[in-house]
Amino acid sequence: MAAPNLKAEKRTRQRYRRERRFKALCVGAILLSVAFLVFFFTDIIQRGYTAFYQAEVRAEVTYSERTVDLPPAAVDDEVRPFVSRGWLRQLPDHVEADPDLMGQTVTRWITADAPVGQYLKGQYSELTEQEKAEVDRLREQGQIRLAFNTNFFTNGDSKMAEIAGIKSAVVGSVLTLAVTMAVAFPIGVMSAVYLEEFAPDNRFTRFIEVNINNLAAVPSILYGLLGLAIFINFVGVPRSSALAGGLTLALMTLPIIIISTRAALRAVPDSIREGAFGVGASRLQVVSHHVLPQSLPGILTGSIIGLAQAMGETAPLLLVGMMAFIPSAPEGVTDAATVLPAQIYTWASMPQRAFDEITAAGILVLLAVLLTLNATAVVLRKRFERRW
Amino acid sequence: MRTWHKLSLAATTTAATASLFAAGPAGASDGGDVEISKDREAITIVGSSTVYPFASYVVEEFGVTTQYPTPVIESTGSGGGLKLFCGGDGMDTPDITNASRPMKVSEFERCQDNGVDDITRAVIGSDGIVIANSVKGERFELTLEELTRAVAAEVPQDGELVDNPNEYWDDIDSSLPHEEIKVYGPPTTSGTRDAFEEMVMEAASEEVGYDGAYSKIRQDGAYVPAGENDNLIVQKLTRDTEALGVFGYSFLDANRDRIQAARINGVEPTPEAISAGDYPISRSLFFYIKNGHAGEVAGLYEYVELFLSEQMIGDMGYLKEEGLIPLPAEQREEMRKAVLSKERLTRSQVEEDSQ
Repeated sequence: MAAPNLKAEKRTRQRYRRERRFKALCVGAILLSVAFLVFFFTDIIQRGYTAFYQAEVRAEVTYSERTVDLPPAAVDDEVRPFVSRGWLRQLPDHVEADPDLMGQTVTRWITADAPVGQYLKGQYSELTEQEKAEVDRLREQGQIRLAFNTNFFTNGDSKMAEIAGIKSAVVGSVLTLAVTMAVAFPIGVMSAVYLEEFAPDNRFTRFIEVNINNLAAVPSILYGLLGLAIFINFVGVPRSSALAGGLTLALMTLPIIIISTRAALRAVPDSIREGAFGVGASRLQVVSHHVLPQSLPGILTGSIIGLAQAMGETAPLLLVGMMAFIPSAPEGVTDAATVLPAQIYTWASMPQRAFDEITAAGILVLLAVLLTLNATAVVLRKRFERRW
Repeated sequence: MRTWHKLSLAATTTAATASLFAAGPAGASDGGDVEISKDREAITIVGSSTVYPFASYVVEEFGVTTQYPTPVIESTGSGGGLKLFCGGDGMDTPDITNASRPMKVSEFERCQDNGVDDITRAVIGSDGIVIANSVKGERFELTLEELTRAVAAEVPQDGELVDNPNEYWDDIDSSLPHEEIKVYGPPTTSGTRDAFEEMVMEAASEEVGYDGAYSKIRQDGAYVPAGENDNLIVQKLTRDTEALGVFGYSFLDANRDRIQAARINGVEPTPEAISAGDYPISRSLFFYIKNGHAGEVAGLYEYVELFLSEQMIGDMGYLKEEGLIPLPAEQREEMRKAVLSKERLTRSQVEEDSQ
């Protein structure tokens, strides 16, 4: 009795050991991915948070005939080297917007040149030692300060880091995704409803099914080529427009929406359909009164995930010309536009060092938007999902 | 249940209307293709990613300071830009293409075949390609010959080509440091790589002892293709203090605290040396204008004039701060005159350029 017991106990111990080892490996895998995530976030936040504030100079701005023609003359010699040229350039617009300004001298805080901000934030700056001393002196006098960077949210792209912002890219992204959803959502849901509720199960529908699953795995750049060939070269949609980009992304999002909608429809138990048929409902009534409303949370969740994926996409948009320089926000879907990820990519390849932090700040904004989208999907699922 | 019913109805109706709305303009432009493009207001610009930062600076300035709409500029690469530019004379083709190399004869012919026969060429300045390393390392002094011996796939030895045996810089010349040869440079898709091959390797082939022009770069790990983004190369150099990097002058200018440029053939890459042609690895930057569009697109030549003005490409111009190397003053003046009188690009000029 003792001998076989010993053997069995040994085997049991071995099995426990193996289990513990496996568990440790799994925990290790999770810890590793968490570590990567933490590293990525701290790195991006550390590099990006400085972009949310920027240097400003207090200066007396003179509005006159002369300074409208020659904006640098509007400010004192003392602060002129530190004032952003991008800000001065807008001086004639100020007068146009408010003609009363003409002939007045106004004291106001104006955006400083990027190297001043870089210096105050303790980063590498192109200022000479003499200029740095001057900036320090002005700061002590309260003539230069660091303040919240509104330009980053109210301006479009610029080659001058101090006035570059994400507005045009955000508007571009919104327009593009609006087109994407307007096209992909109805087509995707209707295709899925047909395949799931109406279509007979035969070779042909199975063939379509396999193809849709395959399409979901096709590299996105191929959709870019397809979009270029169909929408731009054949249909004649304007290049670089949100319409072209949105339609291209719609092609890419369609399979995702179809697949998730079908899964949501399949989750509705047949007893509901049978009950509806039993009281004499037609197939359309069964679908629109019972099956669709029940599966809507699932459909919306899938669509939002598809939307989030489309939001972060750059490769296909490159081919339809959305990697463009857009200083002012597009006003319609046919205007030239760019999107957030493309904007980040463009900033990442700028030589000026001030663009480092702007790139990181752009990434933070994109991450925040994606997080919100995914959180919405989770909330929708949690709140409205029904278990049968 | 009831709320979901309503919600689903609302969702499907809005989606359906929205899709109709979205399909509207797309369908309309199908038939009225030309009509829509004729209305095009903004100048469209494509082309080189090297010229892109300079051109988009001008685009921004043009949009803000004139009454014309901001031109649409896209970075497609020199080759990609010329392909679009020469695709036809219609309004759906770009008005201007930027290039970091002159137009090839084959591209000129394609332009002619597609009815783009009135083109004007403008030179905006030069771009130097620098060979740099970390400021923590020792500053390099190289000749084109030494550089070629370091990165070529094969080198001539006793009259025949053998696989490049050089592992350390002092294998090439005893005056160079005993450090491993490691060069981060642009990948094959980059125009900077073409320029490097042409101005370094092909220029030095004869002295090194090749039979003819030789431009094959080694693939045994000593030359690391580091992607299109020059910022990545700079970052690698700050970490790998023994390595050298190959990239555009503007990235050297923005990173003086981290990297230093090697003197090539005894010349340091300063704006003056590059502009005068003393620094051996520099190239001209161009853009080409489609004159057929001059009357159709408002402000086309106003944009060109702004680009070529002293405030942009002059010795004290804004683009110099962005890293452009200005042309000598007389050349700027001459070029401005020729371009603004819409001088037509001829075949012999293209042949001369591409030599």
